[in-house]
Amino acid sequence: MFTLQTILDKIPLKVLTEPVNYSEIEISSGYASDLLSCVMTGAKADGIWVTLIANINIVAVASLLELPAIIITENAQPDAATIARANQEGIVLLSTEAGSYQVVGKLWQLGITDTDPSG
Amino acid sequence: MKSLKAELHIHTVLSPCATLEMLPPFIVERALQTNTHLIAITDHNSSANVPAVIQAAAGTELTVLPGIELTTAEEIHCVCLFDTYAQLFELQSIVDSNLPDILNNPDYFGLQLIVDSEGNYVDTDPRLLSNATHLTIGEAQQHVLRLGGLFIPAHVNREENGLLPRLGGVPPELNLSIMEIFNISKSEAIRQYPFLKDFHLIPSSDAHDLEAIKGIVHIEMDDISVSAL
Repeated sequence: MFTLQTILDKIPLKVLTEPVNYSEIEISSGYASDLLSCVMTGAKADGIWVTLIANINIVAVASLLELPAIIITENAQPDAATIARANQEGIVLLSTEAGSYQVVGKLWQLGITDTDPSG
Repeated sequence: MKSLKAELHIHTVLSPCATLEMLPPFIVERALQTNTHLIAITDHNSSANVPAVIQAAAGTELTVLPGIELTTAEEIHCVCLFDTYAQLFELQSIVDSNLPDILNNPDYFGLQLIVDSEGNYVDTDPRLLSNATHLTIGEAQQHVLRLGGLFIPAHVNREENGLLPRLGGVPPELNLSIMEIFNISKSEAIRQYPFLKDFHLIPSSDAHDLEAIKGIVHIEMDDISVSAL
């Protein structure tokens, strides 16, 4: 099982939310999409979500699906309300200039795939 | 030719993102206070509160157009307006069969309340109404036009669910004529997107609370109807 700390150690990402203990956050798989309706049906709990959507709806969707972290790509910037809501819901928001394709590639290289290894 | 103030994009308490004051009698009162004589009720993917607002406006100088804000498969919001509730009712059954079977969680998205004309609680819509339907924008438009309605992509310049950021432009095969712009003047919209000069651009408040209703659209028309619009 990977933790968010492992990801932060290996991939340069800017943390937008308040610091928490990232070694306690387990990441079992990953998912990438920019359509909320697809995420609603496709992302698995405890997965990390890669997207370039930066509006507040991503926090609601992540909370609902129990996705502990979102990587927002291509330097898309969530507003203050979105970050505040993420802090409130305990969702870690991460930002990068890299595109989604690159980020997914790096996560996959680390061993984080689209399936939860523990089943 | 009559000149009047309108708001063609108003949410009620049925939309999870609207405030709880968006009840039929308050919406009607606020519209009349602001000298707005034409409104459209456009909740996300549901028209269940339209009859209550029409009833609340009965006997006043306010005309209420039946409408819905449909979310297409591309997650583009489109305002669909009709002259009669019967036309909207037909579209609603198409929307219902194309809305994914996912339930709303009010803790994350908000309440979806169906109310009567006095604003009393009647029921809760359990489905996640903010979700995208399986209808593409082209399919949605065809259904609306076939039923005699007006199809207006909503807040086209808005990053969130707007047509221009979503599709990167206006697909010519859609033959759109009217677009709603949000939080931006017509001239500013055309400066940002020069091709918008070929469309009728209407401003919108996309009212989710009472204060947002102020009659932002100025219309000149002979009779108040969707065809006249």
